[in-house]
Amino acid sequence: MKLKRLTVVIMVLVMVVFSVSSLAVDLEGTVKIDGSSTVYPITQAMAEEFSYENPRVRVTVGVSGTGGGFEKFTIGETDISDASRPIKDSEAAIAAENGIEFTKFVVAYDGITVVVNPENDWASNLTVDELKKIWEPNSSVETWSDVRPEWPDEEIALYGPGSDSGTFDYFTEAIVGESGHSRADYTASEDDNVLVQGIAGNKYALGYFGYAYYIENKDLLNSVAVDWVLPASMTIENGKYSPLARKIFIYVNNDVVKRLEVEAFLRFYFEKAQEIVPSTGYVALSSYEKQLDKVDELK
Amino acid sequence: MLARKMNKRKLIDKFFRYIFLSFIGIALLVLAVLLYDVFSAGIKMLDWDFFTRFDSRFPEKAGIKAGLFGTLYVIALMIPFTLIVGISTALYLEEYSPKNKLTNFIRLNIANLAGIPSIIYGMLGLGILVRTLALGRSVLGGSLTLSLLVLPVVIVSAQEAIKSVPASLRNASYAMGANHWQTVSKVVIPTSLPSIMTGFILAISRAIGETAPLIMMGALTFVMFTPEHIMDSFTVMPIQIFNWTSLPKKEFELVAAAGSSVLLIVLFILNGLATFIRYHYSSKY
Repeated sequence: MKLKRLTVVIMVLVMVVFSVSSLAVDLEGTVKIDGSSTVYPITQAMAEEFSYENPRVRVTVGVSGTGGGFEKFTIGETDISDASRPIKDSEAAIAAENGIEFTKFVVAYDGITVVVNPENDWASNLTVDELKKIWEPNSSVETWSDVRPEWPDEEIALYGPGSDSGTFDYFTEAIVGESGHSRADYTASEDDNVLVQGIAGNKYALGYFGYAYYIENKDLLNSVAVDWVLPASMTIENGKYSPLARKIFIYVNNDVVKRLEVEAFLRFYFEKAQEIVPSTGYVALSSYEKQLDKVDELK
Repeated sequence: MLARKMNKRKLIDKFFRYIFLSFIGIALLVLAVLLYDVFSAGIKMLDWDFFTRFDSRFPEKAGIKAGLFGTLYVIALMIPFTLIVGISTALYLEEYSPKNKLTNFIRLNIANLAGIPSIIYGMLGLGILVRTLALGRSVLGGSLTLSLLVLPVVIVSAQEAIKSVPASLRNASYAMGANHWQTVSKVVIPTSLPSIMTGFILAISRAIGETAPLIMMGALTFVMFTPEHIMDSFTVMPIQIFNWTSLPKKEFELVAAAGSSVLLIVLFILNGLATFIRYHYSSKY
């Protein structure tokens, strides 16, 4: 008799434990993300790892570019927007019109890297002024000797991201002084691998793109120091690699954080960031406590 | 004298024969190089797991399941819609419409629509299907966008097919006392179906490879599930392949090649099926 009662008690206990644990695991729902191709590798990694732990939550990630992502985010079509630059006033105004309040989270640091062909043995350093002279609209720079007279009298082949890219916006703002102002006669591609191939194949090429792409293609390209500082994890994080080190973000619609699956995803994002961000080629923040606090405030 | 003239004519004959043969050779060579290039790189990643895994940030763990299912769903939804609307429109234009300026204008416009860049259809899909009709970024929205994209080609080729049905067949049908609808359904459609299918096969092949309009209308890049119903979000193979080629890790080029191989295999299978259907029908007449 006693044994039977004990079995019943144990069974009930087991059931309680099981149902509680399944409550904790069984998150459901959708988290819709879109935006920057620069932030994509990080968000994709988070979505992937999160999906393994929460198979019933559907995390979807699109790559429309920072601007394209905000276009959807500000009319409420997405929950989270990947952004490689802060939101513009005009974009924030649309969000306000649609009654959407949002919060900015810092995800990582990226250092836009100026690169040249490995056979280029003269340009190991460029100053911000020289970069400006090369990239400003109506630039008179045609050959390397136009930059510094002692450099080769060979035509300089320029490569860079297209105008939909947040990297383009940031570079032009940091170097030329106004976002979107750039000479137009260069080889532009939204696909950074095209830029890598172009620069790797031309001794007189010069280009720029995100640090992550440089890290993956170190053996094909050389990075150029900007104002005598080379991009590296250290110099990007401590701000020495200025002005081309930038923060990259995700923007979150405040309302959706109340949904359990979104809150869980955000927590996961910033708890794992320290570990996952470096593996994607970006530089992690020294601490993500602040970002986690923001999640607490929103929920 | 006569023999010399004859020889000359035979020589010209031979000349053109070999010219055309060499051009076919060039076309086949290019195809062979392309296939070799794609499959030789793709085969390294191509195993059963590649079909059963979702995308991953690690090249060795990446799979095409989401894109494969997305593409199959989109095409499966697209086929009935395109066939029904395409053939009906062509039938109306060729068989029923009054021969006036308006009809000519419509025909001209359909032919023009066939030449519009696909990205424009993506914007149309985004504006009308996704937002106004509130279909969202769903399988249904995607397949209708692709349907709109290929409909002009299907309609024009169906029109040509219907036009080429010999008048003698029609007249024979009327002479037997058949009315217009009976003639259309029993004679015109079966006779022209093989040619209609040819245009249709080309259209489907184009739709399978399209990326731009689907990215425009907002198909996703990274999903770790397959669509469960027609309003579900999705991705397709070309988007996944495009994305793999743009990632920083170079190993993803192999993954992209493997994805391209799968895309080509699916394309061959679908084309094979369509060709089979075409032969099946054409043997009747």
